[in-house]
Amino acid sequence: MNVIELERVSVRYRETKVRSLKEAAIRAVKGHAKADYFYALRDVSLAIHHGEAVGMIGANGAGKSTLLRVAAGIITPSLGVVVTRGTVAPVMELGTGFEAELSGRENIFFNGALLGCSRAYMRSRLDEIISFSGLEAFIDAPLRTYSTGMVARLAFAVATTIDAETILLDEILAVGDGAFKRQCKTRIEGFVARGSTVVLVSHELEAIESFCSRTIWVAKGEIAADGPSAEVIAKYKAQGS
Amino acid sequence: MIEHRSIAGQPLQWNVELRDIAHRSSLLYELVHRDLTVRYKRSFLGFFWTMLHPLLLMLIFLIVFSALFQTRTPHYETYFLSAYVAWNFFAQTIVNGMAGIAWNGPLMKRVRVPLSVFTVASTVSGLVNLALSLVVLFAIMAITGVPLRPALLFLPVSLTIVWIFTLGISLGLTAVSIFFGDIREMVQAGLPALMYLTPIIYPISVVPERFRWMIKLNPLVYLVEIVRDPIYYAIIPARMTLLIAVVTSLGSLIIGWMIFRYLAPRFHAHL
Repeated sequence: MNVIELERVSVRYRETKVRSLKEAAIRAVKGHAKADYFYALRDVSLAIHHGEAVGMIGANGAGKSTLLRVAAGIITPSLGVVVTRGTVAPVMELGTGFEAELSGRENIFFNGALLGCSRAYMRSRLDEIISFSGLEAFIDAPLRTYSTGMVARLAFAVATTIDAETILLDEILAVGDGAFKRQCKTRIEGFVARGSTVVLVSHELEAIESFCSRTIWVAKGEIAADGPSAEVIAKYKAQGS
Repeated sequence: MIEHRSIAGQPLQWNVELRDIAHRSSLLYELVHRDLTVRYKRSFLGFFWTMLHPLLLMLIFLIVFSALFQTRTPHYETYFLSAYVAWNFFAQTIVNGMAGIAWNGPLMKRVRVPLSVFTVASTVSGLVNLALSLVVLFAIMAITGVPLRPALLFLPVSLTIVWIFTLGISLGLTAVSIFFGDIREMVQAGLPALMYLTPIIYPISVVPERFRWMIKLNPLVYLVEIVRDPIYYAIIPARMTLLIAVVTSLGSLIIGWMIFRYLAPRFHAHL
């Protein structure tokens, strides 16, 4: 069974955005010139099977994040169809939706809700999240008093507690020190081991090669290669990018 | 197993949207909780501001109207507040809904949530504030000797109608203001004018008879009236007034949702 299917999906943006009523009026009077589109994704088709661990690589701005967003159902494609089955939890950027004025504890529940977890579920995992983040002493202080590293640890602890059939991770290995990265990797291995479908966007090719049997290389909004990780990564390296 | 389809060019479906919001009731709860706590987190009086605000305003209008204009309306404070709480709910909610874009925009692009949940949450937060203002109003009524009558039991019906009206306007305005930031300023500027065009601080009888039909074109006249009737006049609103209020609020919800559902798929390009 496919948990994610993309069928000839494009995501495009108008090159010049109309941001004010004045501009809109001027355009209407002038007789709207044909809009130029910028394609963030162009005619992409792919299917991800249940239980697969898929890596996604590519240069910055190649369209990886857009692909992940459209696959997660966060954004609607400009052309084409996306189908997802089961619960899908995208973790786009660690710390998204963290509220500076709320305490660490309140943020755990708030973030859990954004990622699709119920309050009861979050309550059952609360102690684990707090001890994993190592913030026991500060958990009731407002988040604005935390250091960047503390926020990242908390965000990671929440994000990796999620209970979804498909988990999409965007660059979460990019932040943090060595110890943090090791923890990250252990948790991702846990997802894969329990049979969740995982899509991992990262620049860390070794990490991708070790977790993911399949890798998709995205270049200029299109899929440059899709296949066994070792092959695709070899091609990607050979390309020198 | 939930299957989710996003198809290019397809507007939001109301049944999918409702299903997703219901499925994730904790999200609505958390958003309302955040709205209500963050706003007052740094202030000493915190939540009490919600109650103090109508009190202070009431004092101003009480002084202006009873002392300066020598209004003949008995229990002017109840007269004014019973309509003002409904107005304030409406005005605050649509302003907060649009202001929330700056706050929620990043979430709309990064988290998989039903997009209308933010607007729904802001109306629910508004209802909580409204309930607190009503507590203040009932206390004032008790102190000034205005009896609390059984007609008050009708109030939840009136407030539901006002809520539906506000939700519709808020959905439409929020969606449009994501594309055109000017809308927010226009609404902010227009709201005070609209308030004075609605019989809130004055009874409609002070308007000369030949202009009254113009005032009555404003749907808020009826929405304010159905809230004031059970509180101040201790009566159930007239059938015609209720009918107009119900029809306009349903109309508002349908039109607001139509605007929202067609614009929502393109929000991400403008946030």
